Amino acid sequence: MAWTRKILRVDLTNGTCKTEPLNMEWAQQYLGQRGLATKYFVSEVDPKVDPLAAENKLIMTTGPLTGTPVSTGGRYSVVTKGALTGAIACSNSGGYFGAELKFAGWDMIIFEGKSPTPVYLSVENDKAELKDAGHLWGKSTWQTEETIKKTHQDPQIRVCSIGSAGENGVLYACIINDLHRAAGRSGVGTVMGAKNLKAVAVRGTNGVASIKDPKAFMAASTAAKKVLADNAVTGQGLPAYGTQVLMNVINEMGALPTRNHRDVQFEDARKISAEAMVEKRPTDGKSHLVTNNACFGCTIACGRISKIDETHFSVVNKPEYWGASGGLEYEAAWALGAANGVGDLEALQYANLLCNEAGFDPITFGATVGAAMELYELGILTKEQIGLEAPFGSAKAVCELAEMTARGVGFGKELGLGSARLCEKYGRPELSMGVKKQEFPAYDSRGIQGMGLAYATSNRGACHLRGYTVASEVLGIPVKTDPLVTEGKADLVKAFQDATSVFDSAGVCVFTTFAWTLADLQPQLDAACEGNWTMEKLAEVGERIYNMERLFNNAAGFTAKDDDLPPRLKTEAAKTGPAKGLVSGIDKMRPEYYKVRGWDEQGVPTKETLGRLGL
Amino acid sequence: MQKSLHIDANKCTGCLQCEMACSYENYGVFNIAKSRIKIFSFEHEGRKVPYTCTQCAEAWCLFACPVDAIRIDTATGAKVVHESTCVGCKVCTIACPFGTVNYVADTGKVQKCDLCGGDPACAAACPTGAITYVDADWTGLDKMRAWAGKTDSAAAAA
Repeated sequence: MAWTRKILRVDLTNGTCKTEPLNMEWAQQYLGQRGLATKYFVSEVDPKVDPLAAENKLIMTTGPLTGTPVSTGGRYSVVTKGALTGAIACSNSGGYFGAELKFAGWDMIIFEGKSPTPVYLSVENDKAELKDAGHLWGKSTWQTEETIKKTHQDPQIRVCSIGSAGENGVLYACIINDLHRAAGRSGVGTVMGAKNLKAVAVRGTNGVASIKDPKAFMAASTAAKKVLADNAVTGQGLPAYGTQVLMNVINEMGALPTRNHRDVQFEDARKISAEAMVEKRPTDGKSHLVTNNACFGCTIACGRISKIDETHFSVVNKPEYWGASGGLEYEAAWALGAANGVGDLEALQYANLLCNEAGFDPITFGATVGAAMELYELGILTKEQIGLEAPFGSAKAVCELAEMTARGVGFGKELGLGSARLCEKYGRPELSMGVKKQEFPAYDSRGIQGMGLAYATSNRGACHLRGYTVASEVLGIPVKTDPLVTEGKADLVKAFQDATSVFDSAGVCVFTTFAWTLADLQPQLDAACEGNWTMEKLAEVGERIYNMERLFNNAAGFTAKDDDLPPRLKTEAAKTGPAKGLVSGIDKMRPEYYKVRGWDEQGVPTKETLGRLGL
Repeated sequence: MQKSLHIDANKCTGCLQCEMACSYENYGVFNIAKSRIKIFSFEHEGRKVPYTCTQCAEAWCLFACPVDAIRIDTATGAKVVHESTCVGCKVCTIACPFGTVNYVADTGKVQKCDLCGGDPACAAACPTGAITYVDADWTGLDKMRAWAGKTDSAAAAA
């Protein structure tokens, strides 16, 4: 079975917890996690709902492979209507929390309503209760986890929580679990905060016993682990250098967005790269990187654990930040660094620590600072308004603005709205670098054309994790395509989006796809899950999920106009590197993509498409 | 040849594959709560440490047991709990200086590592070689080799 077949429904308004059976018919159509929770969500929530209203729901969900020995089988997702985007949101996290939730016996928790006072949910196997969180409100994610473990006298409890950002309404607040893993994007933590839900604490001792064919399952998962170990990216590159292995590669490609996408190459990329993280610092003779780190069940172990330079200006006299902690990962290093023209590794790690501690997304935060810096350089924002000088390249500004955003004070309040609202407010909406009000991650659409289409058509706003064509266009996985052309990208993006939907619904990490295709995942799923999980069925499930999310967004009011990139990427050519002279070909790719998808010219799935997918 | 579990904490990533393998081998379920090997994370130092029974030569748990439920597997040297004899008095859990014998409320018995009869599942599952099963007389061999490799042969010859 792999599913626990149990859902926990938590009514925050009335303070009740109820158990429901999982809809197994839906499980056959939507698999689990992202797909299945989204099916529940769209069936129960009005697409027009205000994300911060009590009527919005928030679902924490595991997949059928979560909590099993399948490599990376520890994922969980948070599904809701995103506070930042107003679109369907699904943020995926690793660490140990997801597996623990599964071990406690739950496929998902559906939170509805709004608690009159701050609460946290305590789950101990089948026992679930809401507890007062008055003493936790105002505490950081790190303090919250520590306090809950102490209160329950159980160090084996796993916790996910929001920090000050989620409490203060930062629109891109995360939910942090296990200190430095995050359901990071689209403001899922903001929705949690709006519900007065501070944390979820789980202890599960039931394990996963319901595998369809344990023998076949062990054989399939062992074979698939070997594929990961033998692959250069998942077996060597990621464990040694983490996702940061990409910094120099993408910079060389001329696809590293720099200074709010004014440039596509960053002169100090090397200083904030994986290579820099392992070099000995002149100040203390130690390297920034301490070790790599795995999430539950992961045989890749790409996570970075670092120690900041204690003499760095950002942490002098702040010993609470001197211990080993998570970071830097590529996206955070890019957003806090290159996006702002900042080449100070230690400053980036400090800002990254604040993002984890207070629970906000470093991608959107970093990109929003980039927009603010451009407004500052244009003279639209002044030193007085911001509270300090904020030119591109100022490490001090990034650190202090992160502090202000974490505390919800001064200009931090405006940064907490994200770049779209900030740029709109100051009359320059075109300077917000994102799609559907969510900021781009670390790949420039001019230098990697397929990513532009993936961003424009991502169901949760600009995102690299909905269709990571970088794998094909840069790394040649599964086949090499030319990053500088638009031809063939519509098919490529659709294929990545649909396959990713399956991986996100299974309970495994999308980073496995550097080495695995659906053909590697299929035997593991088929041995674990009831039903006949063929390649054809999985391909259809992926496409069905993508279209279901699209239908929700269309009903929420999104149109073809929202499948677009900011004018800068369509009119200002890349100045340097292999993509020099190129702009994004999004306007050419979009209609091709709609056709490949079986959508009409307005981006609406046709009757035939919906019929074919059973929607 | 007697073999022994050998743990190199520096190689541990904290993936818990060993804990899942242990519970599957012994109970047929994937349940880290039932694992006899545990990974400890020292977050602020960035260290992960796998920890389990070292199979003491003079095993205090064995001597403490009032009903002789803990016996030596002569093939492997493992100190093995015989569940049918164990009465769940927990005296062994007090006697063990390392905490590696633990009471299981579900069964009313204690559990500890028994080396899986000579083919430890944790070692087989470890993706990084942090847990290996090696010649009990030569658990220091890897360290010796590492230091030997640092020897300056030119200087040594002089």
